[in-house]
Formats: sequence, C-alpha cells, structure tokens
Amino acid sequence: MNDMPKIIIGLVIFLMLIGFPLWYNVANDKAGYVPDMELPDTADQCVRDTEWMRTNHMDLLNDWRDLVVRDQQRFEANQVSQQMEMSLSNTCMDCHDNKSTFCDRCHNYMGVQPYCWDCHLEPEEAI
Amino acid sequence: MKLVLSVLAIIVLALVPWVGVSTMGLHTVFGVVLPYLAIAIFLVGFVWRILDWARSPVPFRIPTTCGQQKSHSWIKQDKVENPHSFWSTVGRMLLEVLFFRSLFRNTKAGIKDGPRLVYDSSKWLWALGMAFHYSFLVVFLRHFKYFAEPTPDWVLGLQWVDNFFQVGLPVIYLTDVLLIGAVSLLFIRRLWSPQVRYISLASDYFPLLLILGVAVSGVWMRYFAKTDILAVKQLGTGLISFSPVGADVLSGIGAVFFIHLFLVCCLFIYFPFSKLMHLGGVFLSPTRNLANNSRMKRHINPWNPEVKVHTYDEYEEEFRDVMKAAGLPVEKE
Repeated sequence: MNDMPKIIIGLVIFLMLIGFPLWYNVANDKAGYVPDMELPDTADQCVRDTEWMRTNHMDLLNDWRDLVVRDQQRFEANQVSQQMEMSLSNTCMDCHDNKSTFCDRCHNYMGVQPYCWDCHLEPEEAI
Repeated sequence: MKLVLSVLAIIVLALVPWVGVSTMGLHTVFGVVLPYLAIAIFLVGFVWRILDWARSPVPFRIPTTCGQQKSHSWIKQDKVENPHSFWSTVGRMLLEVLFFRSLFRNTKAGIKDGPRLVYDSSKWLWALGMAFHYSFLVVFLRHFKYFAEPTPDWVLGLQWVDNFFQVGLPVIYLTDVLLIGAVSLLFIRRLWSPQVRYISLASDYFPLLLILGVAVSGVWMRYFAKTDILAVKQLGTGLISFSPVGADVLSGIGAVFFIHLFLVCCLFIYFPFSKLMHLGGVFLSPTRNLANNSRMKRHINPWNPEVKVHTYDEYEEEFRDVMKAAGLPVEKE
C-alpha cells in the first residue's frame, strides 16, 4: 500500500505549473514574435552609438535628469552636437516622435514598465 | 576543506562559460545545448526521484503529534497538531509548506542565571528561510517573462509590486535585495555557529553558494554589465518553443549572461541529486502528511506474513465425534 495515485496527481500539477511558458506560448502562438522598432528617417545618428543605447539608454536618461534637475546643467556635447539639450521630450522625442512604434514596441515585449510617462507628456501622434 | 572545495567549484563553474564564450565562441553550446540538457536532466531526475519515493510503502501512520488527539466530543481536539481527517491534515501541510511551521517552533538551549537550562524561541532561521524561499520564488516567476510572449499580466503585476519603491534605475527589485541578503546570512550562519559548522557538508555549502552565484550574476547583469535583453528574450522564447535562435542573435549577448545561464543550468542539473529535492520531498514528509486516525481505522501492514490459524469452530468440526464419545461438551450437536 502506498500513496502513488495522490503523488502522481501532485507531480502532474507541478509539471503543469513549471511548464507554464510552454503551454502559454502554444495558446498565444506568438513565440516567434520579434519587435520591430520604427527608426526615424530625419536623423542618421543618435546621441550615442546604437549598440550602447540599446543596453544603456535608461542610464543616459537617468543621468540627464539628474544633471538637469539637480545641477542646472541643461546641455551636453555629444557626437551629434556640441550644444545638445538633455531632454527626453525635446531631444529624444524630436526624432523618435512616435512612442508607440518606438519605445513601447520593445518595452511591451520585454515587460518593462518605465515611469518616464508618469511626468512627461508623449508627443501627439499622427494617425 | 568542504568549504574551500565548494568555493573553488563555484569559481570554476563561473569561469567555464566565460572562457567558453569569450575566447572559444561556444555560444550555441552554452546558450542552446546546455539549457536543453539541464532541463531534461532536471525533469527526468525530479520525476524519477519522486516516483522512487512514491513506491515506498506506507503501512502505518507515523505523524508526530503534539496536541490532544480526537477523542470524546467534550475534549477539545488540537486539529493542527493532531489531525485525524483528510482536510485537517491538508491544513497542517499547508502551514508546513507555505509557512515552514516546524521551523517556526525552533528553540535554542541556553544557560541562564541559576544556573538553569532554558529553551528560548529562536526565529532567525525561520525568518531568513521565509525571506529566502519567497524572494527566490518571486525571482523565478518574474523570469517567466523571458519565455512567455506576450508577457503575462501576472508577471507585470509581480514586477510592479517588486518595484514598488522605485529606488534607483533600473528600479531595484526588493526580492533581489532580500534574496542576496538572506542567502548570504544563511551561509554566514553555517560558518558562524560552531554546532552548525560541525555538521555542515559540501552539499550544504555548495547549493547556497551556487544560488548566491546565480543571484549575483543576475544582479550584476541587470544593474552593471548590461546586456541586450531583447536578444535574451528571443533566446528564451526560441528555447521554449523548440526553435532556438541562431548564432547571429547569440553572439549579441554579453558573456555575463552566459555565466548567469550556465550557473542556472548547473543548479538545474544538480537539483535532482541533491538536498534541493526537498522541493518535492516536503510534500512526502510522513510525520506531517499522515492523519492520526489509528484509533478509527485499522492499518494492516501489507507484508505481514500470513498467520495460519485454527479457530475453535474448525477444531470442533474436526473432533466433534471424538469429543462426544469422550463426553466433552460441544457447541453444535
């Protein structure tokens, strides 16, 4: 006499729980999706290199905010301009003027919820 | 020696993927082949060990009881400490599994003025254990976002709570701090207390250090040596849907990610062979998961040898004539 049936039920529940991504992806059929960000055609160069921006843009924005808000330093020299305003709304969104096809595509894919837009207004998008 | 061996093992394990990826370019081995191998070993090993335990016979009730058992209606039963029904046993198990109740009762012997021996309640191990296990669970569940597309809402909710205080950028996860803090203190406890140190084996140090290595490499990647997580999610969703990404995506991921992934793979491979199996084993603790119903239900040991008996009825049946002839009383004429 042993508790084999009960234990097998428990084991099946465990496997279903840890296999969540597997059946979730099968149900949604989106596992192959890769976000495609729309790049601006007005400029050919960003304030930093693309590779660096891909991984570190949040640090740049954070540093910019601290410099502007705490040190009253509003401009920086970078590879685009000697007098670039350090501003999300005025500089970044000037070229990347569509939040939903640039920022959101990647953030939604990665499940990242940045709080930029708690304060900043996003530019009005042409429909 | 056990400690030195464990530390060395972790260092070597962290160096292997670093060398393999950055100098030998074995991205596919460390990014695709090894994760599949690790998951396969984990799943097969886990199921095999649980089934091995499940085959053990459970002939008798052996729950540890420390309260009034079910008795007359006017004697109050302690249902948690001495459960007699299925559902009170489930309640006891839930408290054990979710809140580590046995550990909560931990005591520490000490000598007070007198001198007299006293047993103080000692909650440190319980508190650290709770902090460690629950933050590890949240960290584990948060990682589902690298495998599930679209990112499930409950993962976002978990993240939102975990990010609640919005400290730093990227926002520091509370569970990251709790996990590393708790696992470090649990490790220090093994070294600090002479009694615990005496009974500690390499199989105690190694998993703690391995989990610490996983956590530190993950935190290092999130806050310092950043890597392209877009490619990481492509790798994750590719692995889970059995269409792994090619070398072009893999080569864009930093070496620190491969260290993290390799340590996680080691954890998965090591899991079924180690004390970490208490994940499944806790549910099979016979001193907790059995109802104390020995006085209500007869439990017969299935492998008791068959006892040959000869009842009085059979005896009389056999010797009735002889007994009658001898003038002995019989029950049936």
